[in-house]
Amino acid sequence: MPVAKQVSMPIRSQEDVVIVRQAVRKSAIEAGMTLVDQTKIVTAASELARNAFIYGGGGTALIEQMEDGVRRGLRLTFEDEGPGIADIDRALTDGYTSGTGLGLGLGGAKRLSSEFSIWSEAGKGTRVTITRWKA
Amino acid sequence: MRVLRASASRSNASVTDQQLEENARTFLGLLRRALVDGSVIDHSGAEWKHVKDFIATLSRQRAEAGFTPTETATFIFSFKEPLFVQFRKEFSGSVTDLGDEIWRATVLIDKLGLLTMEAYQKSREEIIRRQQQELLEISTPVVRIWEGILALPLIGTLDSARTQVVMQNLLEAIVSHSAAIAIIDITGVPTVDTIVAQHLLKTVAAARLMGADCIISGIRPQIAQTIVHLGVDLTDVITKATLADAFQIALRKTGYGVAAADRPRKA
Amino acid sequence: MERIPILKLGQFLLVSIQVDMHDRLALSLQDDLTDRIVQTGAHGVLIDISALDMVDSFIGRTLGNIAAMARILDADTVVVGMQPSVAITLVELGLSLPGIRTALNIEKGMDLLHASRDDQEVKEILSASGEAG
Repeated sequence: MPVAKQVSMPIRSQEDVVIVRQAVRKSAIEAGMTLVDQTKIVTAASELARNAFIYGGGGTALIEQMEDGVRRGLRLTFEDEGPGIADIDRALTDGYTSGTGLGLGLGGAKRLSSEFSIWSEAGKGTRVTITRWKA
Repeated sequence: MRVLRASASRSNASVTDQQLEENARTFLGLLRRALVDGSVIDHSGAEWKHVKDFIATLSRQRAEAGFTPTETATFIFSFKEPLFVQFRKEFSGSVTDLGDEIWRATVLIDKLGLLTMEAYQKSREEIIRRQQQELLEISTPVVRIWEGILALPLIGTLDSARTQVVMQNLLEAIVSHSAAIAIIDITGVPTVDTIVAQHLLKTVAAARLMGADCIISGIRPQIAQTIVHLGVDLTDVITKATLADAFQIALRKTGYGVAAADRPRKA
Repeated sequence: MERIPILKLGQFLLVSIQVDMHDRLALSLQDDLTDRIVQTGAHGVLIDISALDMVDSFIGRTLGNIAAMARILDADTVVVGMQPSVAITLVELGLSLPGIRTALNIEKGMDLLHASRDDQEVKEILSASGEAG
């Protein structure tokens, strides 16, 4: 699938999480998404970027603008080299959290996206990819 | 010119001889340029852009004038006959060469003729899309029926995309009117499926999150049955059979009541 | 470090969140508000989020915490000005902001705070006279 444009950003601090959010907003606007769709992917990005920082010990965010013939979309990949998630299914369940949160991060990000995929290995790291197509 | 005239006169609209000649002249001119500058076999290069643009414009003009796409395509196809006559003269010596030239010309002109069909189709699709948009806007108005009370009478079949747009409009209207209550009336909706029901519920939830409330009215018996069958949970939502009932509730909730005008209220 | 300003409006406190908050800032808002409620004895808190174009689970949690802490300190919290796209996203996300009252704007938020304050006082008066009677 052709990637029209891509940007890679570090997630090394809380401020970076905000910067990533804003970059995703900008890309979503460029991709021509409606306000609601923009808000959905920005919110999902915020959850995942925060996860990468807090649970992953820092990582990177990759923002890709996609063009698949007629439809356009945004694909985001969040990667960290942290401890990894032992039980992915459990992590995707709402209310589950290993930290101090409500635990809606991972499951919520999945619900807000058109496509969602996750790879995680204990001790190696985690990579989450979400895609939102312009409706 | 004879063949061109024949194609033009078959339609119910007319093109003057002068226009026809002008179109033909321009087309041939552009064609010649493209053949000289660009490749005869590969028509995707930039040199062919002018020809393609001309065809797209001609298509649109003819369509607007009432010509069918076939008639417009025939205009292009009609260039074959005079071209082949020309070839027969030039390549009378070699049959192979004549065959080759005729084939190349045929491929080229067929392609260009088909372009007129494509252009026609695209413009139809654009019209349909625009009409759909207009229909959407007309059929889902949000009406302010009282201070702080909005009504959204939904008409027609709801599909997922339309429902989402409508619901967004409603929420925006709640903000701009500072409305405490929005009544969503579905009297004019023949059927409700799970997706639409979910969207309705999500809208009610979103309105609540923002600080307003929704009442769903106009639920006909069949729809009530469907909702129960689908297992949709409406216990959290105020529902009323008629818009009038919903309006009364809305008034009460916003601190208003209705009294007959000529009778003083009993103490 | 930047802090979000808190204004005093009669017996209420008003916070208007105008910036894209990182987690630390949200937490310091929580602390600052709690301090101010105690300092001023405020009866209510209005949080204006009309400038926020996104509310994620962390911010939602923070708002919930603020409301819970204010409650303990005898103050009500009302969140006002939520944008439609934010509301729709929160519903999709499954975040319901329990224990938080909402209103469309600051004016309505104040009405809510006043009304619930009145209710509160009536209840207290009734229960007091009940004991005395």
